Parts: sequence; structure tokens; C-alpha cells
Amino acid sequence: MAVRSRFPAGLALDAHKQQACGTQIVELPLPAHLVLALDQGTGYSAEPVVAVGEAVATGTLVARTGHPFASAVHAPLAGIVVAIEAREAAVEGGRSVCIVIEGNGSDRIDDSVRPVKDPASLGPEELVRRLRDAGIAGLGGAGFPASTKLASARNLGAHTLVLNGAECEPWICCDDALMRSAASDVVLGALILRRAAGAVRCVIAIEEDKPAAIAAVTGAIDGLRDDAVTLAVVPAVYPQGAERQLITTVAGVEVPSGGLPADAGVICQNVATAAAVARWATRGEPMLSRVVTVTGSGVGHPGNVRAPIGTPLAALIAASGGYRGTPLRLIAGGSMTGRALPSDEVGLTKSMNCVLVATRDDIGSRLGAVELPCIRCGDCANSCPAGLLPQQLLRAALADAHDTLRQLGVHDCIECGLCDYVCPSQIPLADRFREAKRRLQEAEAMTKKAADARERHELRQRRLQEAATIEQETFESVRGRARRPGVDSTGDSN
Amino acid sequence: MRFDTSPAPHVIAGYTVPRVMFQVLFALVPAGVAHVVLFGPGLLLQLSVACVTALLAEAVALRWRGRDAVPALKDGSVLVTAFLLAFSIPPLLPWWLGALGTALAVLLGKHVFGGLGQNPFNPAMVGYAILLVSFPAEMTRWPVPMDVDGTRTWSELARLSFAGFYGADLTARWDGYTGATALDSIRSGLDLRYTLPELLGREDIAGTPGARGFAWINLAALAGGLYLMLRRIVRWHIPVAVLGGLLVPSFIAHGLDSGNALGPAMQAFSGATMLAAFFIATDPVSAATSDRGRLWYGAGIGLIAWIIRTWGDYPDGFAFAVLLMNLAVPFIDRYTVPRIYGRQP
Repeated sequence: MAVRSRFPAGLALDAHKQQACGTQIVELPLPAHLVLALDQGTGYSAEPVVAVGEAVATGTLVARTGHPFASAVHAPLAGIVVAIEAREAAVEGGRSVCIVIEGNGSDRIDDSVRPVKDPASLGPEELVRRLRDAGIAGLGGAGFPASTKLASARNLGAHTLVLNGAECEPWICCDDALMRSAASDVVLGALILRRAAGAVRCVIAIEEDKPAAIAAVTGAIDGLRDDAVTLAVVPAVYPQGAERQLITTVAGVEVPSGGLPADAGVICQNVATAAAVARWATRGEPMLSRVVTVTGSGVGHPGNVRAPIGTPLAALIAASGGYRGTPLRLIAGGSMTGRALPSDEVGLTKSMNCVLVATRDDIGSRLGAVELPCIRCGDCANSCPAGLLPQQLLRAALADAHDTLRQLGVHDCIECGLCDYVCPSQIPLADRFREAKRRLQEAEAMTKKAADARERHELRQRRLQEAATIEQETFESVRGRARRPGVDSTGDSN
Repeated sequence: MRFDTSPAPHVIAGYTVPRVMFQVLFALVPAGVAHVVLFGPGLLLQLSVACVTALLAEAVALRWRGRDAVPALKDGSVLVTAFLLAFSIPPLLPWWLGALGTALAVLLGKHVFGGLGQNPFNPAMVGYAILLVSFPAEMTRWPVPMDVDGTRTWSELARLSFAGFYGADLTARWDGYTGATALDSIRSGLDLRYTLPELLGREDIAGTPGARGFAWINLAALAGGLYLMLRRIVRWHIPVAVLGGLLVPSFIAHGLDSGNALGPAMQAFSGATMLAAFFIATDPVSAATSDRGRLWYGAGIGLIAWIIRTWGDYPDGFAFAVLLMNLAVPFIDRYTVPRIYGRQP
């Protein structure tokens, strides 16, 4: 079923998908060593449960977590833990503690890796717990633990599961490749996710520029004979695949500002996450690998690769024909929101859907940008998918006007980068807004700290006051008794 | 292997401010051609003095402000100011008035507020308004266009233009070659209790001066404006609102009192209407921010221009209308913030 975009604005961008998209998914041979970041892309880390020198099997749990924003990490490779140390990683801040595993040629599989006997018999709560233990994280780019979203969706009574196969960002096509080759996994995973979320309906959304994926998923859905699972063909408009925007297009509801999708009765998961859930159900495999697009003019043979989590990007690129020409940026993600990495030694994370090796051909427009003052043309506002006024936000950001920033909705900015993209003054707006958000957060933390300190101070003052009052009262009562004639206990006054 | 890093997005469309500005200049070409054909080469003289003065003033201002002048001079924005002012002033204006107006437009209209992107007022209209209130006689004297009765040829208009440009006394030798614009004459006529049909029938108004000359210039400006809309340099909100603000009241007033109120067709193709609607009011820096705000902003400009044309003492109302609505922009912006995704209206 074709639906139209219902979020504000957006823009059709050059897709750059043909480079990597024509090929089948290649299975990467196990690399010699893996660098498993304990922060898998959400900004929150798991705790290591192995020690240096310990032997691990494929699928052994190496880091677990109780934090809702972090996901458990398993060893995708049998071998020895050779280091647990802070290293450069593809995460916020650029560094994370990493567990480095060196393969020892063994193909021992951990005892915990067993097919789930009857996933349909598991209750939603049990499903969520087992998915958390399996380290199932969102594969669409944010790496957010699926279990956390599922639990809150169930608590808030979400009725619709939106499966995100829009894949709107330029260059990235790993979801497309996965849907073409494993549509039945996607649909099987969707059913399990729907159960875990307590949802009734499931809508799989795919952008109209992926006819082969649409055909494959249609076939898989037809095989189900379940009327509550449907396909939505959505316009290829960036950022169609952004969670909130896709929910609005597919379900016709807006996610409240500052709220969760579940507040609007919807939970959104990526199609690749669903396929990973299917792998877990059929093979008992925790999240050990993902499909990643390796592309860009700076790589020999662009394509989609299934690679173990933790694979050093250098190994990934070497397996994709190596570097070509003069690569200028190594980008984790697409050209609009991807993070430029300082080194190809970092390991693949669960959140990394694309490795873009960019040459001047790919990013020359940004490299050659000359920033001029804002002329308030409004092109940014006319492309903003959140309905913001970036030109006003920019003024507030430059003035560091916190209240204005909040009022103008800086926290509603999804950092899609479209305002940057269209700005004739070539102002790096998205980065200004990221910076403004960071400063706001710092200021809020300071305010909270100050408020806490004041509360402590006031409580102490009150305690001291009370103590003084009691002392005073005691003194007064003693003195009062001493002075009252006739009541004097000694009885010998006058 | 190690790499440099930079923030996302890593690719941009490559639109530039100079491209916007030069498209605007390009879109003025049809109106310029009509102007030169009908009124002689005065516009070209005014353009040259305005452009030279504008670039000089911009360079000097940037030097004073301790900024690099080269990128600002290349962005083309100051040339747009120069062009709009040159199109607005009479082609017979002595060169030093054109230079003065341009210098004030750039210095007082733009740089005292912090240069490109910071000016609350349309710089060209600042320059124009200062000239109009300071030199009302010179600022309302237009050549009678050449299509009147064949006695005035283009070469004579050329000589007239040069005479005016160098500051010769135009009343002596060129009497009859200059006059007020149609809008101006009609307004004075109405003040003297003539009726509109009478005035429109008069040779020196409808048959002659600005009436037809300005109609052609307005048509050409409309063509240029539509081109800008087609290229998405200008969106429809402001031009449509300006024309609506001017034409709706004039339609009603003309319907109520056709003897005294100019009809919408006459309003649309007289004076600076199309230039203002598509080129002046659309200056994004000094306009309202949101689409809805821009509708109010444009409608206000059209309405104020209609009020000034109807009851005011000035021949045309657009300069003051634009400046007044520039003043109202913070107020309009305050009440026209678009609804943010996910928030209650």
C-alpha cells in the first residue's frame, strides 16, 4: 500500500545507492582479532565479565549490563581476550573501553547458543528478558537496545509495531540487501517483536525506490496469512526513515515533543533488528554480526557485508577491495548524519549500518564550503522535517539564549542535516545545534547542582534553626519555672 | 590509516548566496530594458553610479569594522541594494543624489546594524526614503516617456538624461519633457476635486506620462519576478500577499466609488508595484520569518502602500510601506511561529 509523507517538508536527495546495492551480501571471513566496544553506539557502556587472558567461545557473554540504554556484548569469535582498555571507537566522545579478542582457530560455540525451542510459547516479559540477554540492539543506526523499547511499549500500551525499512539516507543499502535476501527472517522477527511489544498491528515501511525489497517482503507477508501485518510503500524523501517522521507517515500520528513513540501508541524497530531477532529465535544466536554497507568512491568494491561485531574497519575495507584513490573521510553512517572516524582501527559496532569511504568526489561540496552570514532566506525552515525555524535557532544559539532555544524547539531537532544541506550561506547548522544542545545540557546540570546545593544548605539551616529553637525553648522553660513564684520546685523563694 | 574528521552532514547542495543575488540581478534585466527603452538611458547612468558607490561604501564599512572586504564584495548583496535603489529613483536624478542615497543605504541601512543578514530595514528603501524626504522635487521628476506623441525621440531622452545626471537646470530648456508620474498627477488631481474619469481622460495623464511607461516596466518586473519564483529564489507568499494587500482594498474602494478610487488594474501596473512585490518586499533579511508571517508582512506592505497612495502626500507608498512593515517584523514573528512537530498548536 503506497502512502504519502505526512511530516513537514523533507527533501529528495541523491541516493548514491547503486554503488553498493547491486551485489549480494558477502559473508566476511572471521578476522584475526576483534575490537568490541562496550559502548555499542548509544553513549552507555556494558560491564566486562571476562578477564584478560580468558578463553571465550563464539557466543560467550563478555559484557553485561543493567542499564536500559546499554546492550550486552557477546564474543563473535572463539579465542583469547588479549586486552580490555580504552580505545578509539565509533561512539560519542570518540573513545570507549573495548574488549579485544584474538582468534585461536577454535570453532567452539558457547553452550548458551541453542535454538529457542518454541518462541511462540514465550510470554512477552520472558521474550523481552531473553532479547536483552541476547544483546539485541537496534540496527538502524542508533543502536538502542530493543528490549528497552519493547518494555516501555508494553507498559504504555502500544498497539502498532512499525518496522522501519525506509533506509532514506544516501549511500546506505544494507537493509535493502537484507530485505531482498532474507525477507522471511524480517517477517518472522516482526511477529516476535510484535508479541514482545504487546502490539496488535505490524506495518513494514519501505521506500518506493526499493522495488526488489518491496516484492520480497510482499511475498513473505503473503505467506503469513495474517491481516494485521501489512506493507506500506513510502515516498523516497529524506528523512523518511527517521523514527518520528516515519511513524507520522505510516500511522498518521505525531510523537509528542519530548515523548516516546509509545506515547503515540507506536513502537518502531528496524527491519535488520527484526532479522536479528529471527536469527536469535532459529539459531539461538545472540547479536554477533550485522550487515553493513561498505561504500564510497574511496573503496575498491562497494557492497554489503555480513561482518562480526568488532571487526576492525580496516579488515572490512580490505575485504571490500581495499582503499582506492585518495580517501579523505572515513564515515560511520551515511553522508547526512554519519560520524567521521579518526582511524580505521575502530571496531564495527551494532549501530554502524554503513562505512562510507569518501573521496573529494563524494564530499567536495562540504569541503569547499565558504560560510557567509545568514540572509534569513528560510530555505532551512522549508526543508525542516520537524517544523522548526533553523534561522531563528541559529540566532538563539549564537546568543546562547537558553530559554529561546528551548522555546524554538532545539530539543525537537533530529539533526538530520537538511538545513545545512540547503543553506546558501553554507552555515554548519546541524553542528551548531548539536553544540547548543550540549551547552544546554551542561547548563541544566549546573542549575540542578546549584539547586541541590541550595536545598542542602536550606535543610541544614532549618536543622540548625530547629536545634537552636529547641535549645531556646528548653532554656526558656527552665528559666520560666525558676521565676514563677509558688511553683518553684525548691519552694524556698521569699 | 588515520583520517581527518568533520561534523555531519558531509555533503551540501552547494547553493550559494552569490548565486541568489546574481539571479535577482538577472531577473531585473527585463524591467531594466523596458525602463531604458521608455525613459532613456538614465537608468544606466544611475545604475553605474549606484554600483560604484555601493561597492566603495561596502569596502569602506568593512574596513572600518575590521572585516575582510573581498568575500562580502563578491557575495553580490550590495549590488542588489544598488540595483533596487537605482530602479526606484527617477532616471533624471543628479548623480550626487544617487551616490548619496546609495552610500546612506549601505552605511545606515546595512552596516550600522552589522552588515549582511543583520539589517532590520531594507537598505535600498532606507536610501530611497532619505532622498525622498530630503529632495522631494528632484525625487518626483520623471521624464515623459517617448511613446506619447512622437515629438520626443530616444536621443532627446538620452540628452535629457545626461543633463539631469550632471545636474543641469531641467526647468529651463527641458520644460515639457519632465513631469510627475501618473500616480502623482492623479493624486494631485483628485485633491483638486477632479474626478477619476476626468483625470484618466486627460492627455497629460493617461495619454501621456507614466501611465503607459510604468505599465510596461511593471509587466517586465512581473516577468522577472515570476522567473525568480520559478527558480525558487523567491517563494510565492510575499508577492501574492503584497498584491493582495494592495489590490483587494483598491477593488473594494473602486467598486464603492469609481469616481475617486483607482481600480486594481491601474494600481497593479503603476509606480513601483511589481518591483516592490517581487524584488523589494521579498528581501529575506528584513522580511518576516515564517511563511504565515510573510503573508501578514506582505499584506501589510500592500495595504499601507494603498493607504499612502490614496490619502498620503507621497506619490508612491511602497518605500514607506516596506520600512513600516520592517518595523513590525519582530511583532509578526512573535505571533507566527509555526507549530513544531509533536507539539500542540
